[in-house]
Amino acid sequence: MPKHELILLKNMMQPGYTGSLQDYERAGGYQALRKVVGKAQPAEVTAMVMKSGLRGRGGAGFPTGVKWGFLPKGYVGPRYLCCNADESEPGTFKDRQLIERDPHQILEGILLACYAIGAETAYIYIRGEFVLGAKILEQAIAEARTAGYIGANILGAGITANVWVHRGAGAYICGEETALLESLEGKRGLPRVKPPFPATHGLYNKPTVVNNVETLANLPHIVGRGPEWFASIGSPPKSTGTRVFCVSGHVKRPGNYEVPMGVTFRELIYEQAGGLRSDKLLKAFIPGGASAPFLTPNHLDVKLDFESVAAAGSMLGSGGVTVMEEGTDMVWAALRLMEFFYHESCGKCSPCREGSSWLVQTMRRIVAKRGRMEDLETLVDLCKNIEGRTVCAFGDASVAPIMSTLKYWRPEYVALIQEAEAANLIKLEPAGARH
Amino acid sequence: MLIEKYKQEIDSILSRYPVKRSALIPLLYLAQRDEGFISEPAMKEIAGLLRLTPPQVYETATFYTMLNLKPVGKFHLQVCKSLMCALAGSDTVIGWVKTKLGIRPGETTADGLFTLTAVECLAACGTAPMMQVNEDYYERLTEETFDRILADLKKDGTCSLKTGPFMWPEAPKAQ
Repeated sequence: MPKHELILLKNMMQPGYTGSLQDYERAGGYQALRKVVGKAQPAEVTAMVMKSGLRGRGGAGFPTGVKWGFLPKGYVGPRYLCCNADESEPGTFKDRQLIERDPHQILEGILLACYAIGAETAYIYIRGEFVLGAKILEQAIAEARTAGYIGANILGAGITANVWVHRGAGAYICGEETALLESLEGKRGLPRVKPPFPATHGLYNKPTVVNNVETLANLPHIVGRGPEWFASIGSPPKSTGTRVFCVSGHVKRPGNYEVPMGVTFRELIYEQAGGLRSDKLLKAFIPGGASAPFLTPNHLDVKLDFESVAAAGSMLGSGGVTVMEEGTDMVWAALRLMEFFYHESCGKCSPCREGSSWLVQTMRRIVAKRGRMEDLETLVDLCKNIEGRTVCAFGDASVAPIMSTLKYWRPEYVALIQEAEAANLIKLEPAGARH
Repeated sequence: MLIEKYKQEIDSILSRYPVKRSALIPLLYLAQRDEGFISEPAMKEIAGLLRLTPPQVYETATFYTMLNLKPVGKFHLQVCKSLMCALAGSDTVIGWVKTKLGIRPGETTADGLFTLTAVECLAACGTAPMMQVNEDYYERLTEETFDRILADLKKDGTCSLKTGPFMWPEAPKAQ
């Protein structure tokens, strides 16, 4: 038995659960939707979500109810909901499991959100590589349509809600909400300058809400069991509910673990994921996906909630926890992540486009033992000229691996460079010795 | 012409969006499915269907890595090389491809069967190392499973080791 009560993974943990409509309904599915559609005011649903304290599970952690509240009141015309299923943050693989194992839980969440914000159309923007996930969602939508949960006049209440699956095509940046909207409009996925925010000028310039898969999957439980119940879980008042943490790297049992927010990294890594493989010592971990600065074994007792991880100098982000054992080359690790950001930079803002390329080149030189001591200043200078100088948060994220490894493991950089310099001196010596 | 071959599917795609351009990526996927890659005539036709200029189609098509503007091998091996997979040995997997098929990232075998691309994170970090072959994921790769996947692909065009609905750690088995 798991130590903590499961919410999102509960159904799929039942032996034989297939994720079909029949299985989902048997487990109490769509009761939350039935409870509110035509029976409660949309504003009451928003109030419930606000009261629950639910915060976005995609990375930024913005309060979901507040986001919905930004939609213009009394606006006449279409509004849209976009479900962000573009899970691309390295270290994160929770949405994939939620989609493929319990698609109706997400659909019910989408329908509740549509009802609350008055959207008649929802698009699930799913990353292109999730071909199976897209098929499973399409099948679930067809089932839900037949059962009267999706379509015109849902549950006979005179309300329309259509849900469509839209596949992305391999661009990390499309997980950024405005880039997602651009991509959904058939354009290059370049983030928009904010403001205006999607709440007023979103998809097709109409009021739009973009919510992550896991965020939406929480809604049936909040509406079904009440916001007070949800708000009592985790580490209230600011980090309520559970999160599905994705543990990867050098652990015995990598995978998805749902725990209440506020448990420690020590519990997640050593109890849930079984500790380090080969029982080596822990050297470093990334607490919230590739965009989150690295942390050290000194941070093992930090709590997994938004505030605690931020206070430790990193972020809870998307919930992807990557563990690295003693012996891992931290400069190499930072380079790998930097190569990712270089590959995925959309190219809109010069600091990020040019800076990421320059950072990769400098890092490659250091790793190849051809570095110079002044390269360390170059790295910091470049990072500082990217951070805070781009349209979206990608720029800040892209410098996290280098800045944080320089902070905690600077001697490793220095050692590589000293080795390079020593090799150069040996090469130079014979020439000098002739005089 | 795509419109003659896939009229119904194209109409269905167009019906989902209030603005035609939104159908662009779905239609580019359709073209890719038809020819194996996205050709210039297909892009021109799609531009006409969506009332866009060909450069508007091209600018979108060139942004996304999954849209192939050049033909690729029958089996497109996409090995994840991001840090999480690298910690679990993805460089070794790329090495196997090199030894067993003689191709490096970006290359295609002479028989046109396999193309290798080293890609960034595919959201399977807990089951690394992994690769995607066309539409399917293959995870927790070992040299033994890797050999079997290559053999099965050559022989049957598919392999039973591909991942089904994902869950890791696995759910408890029914009694």
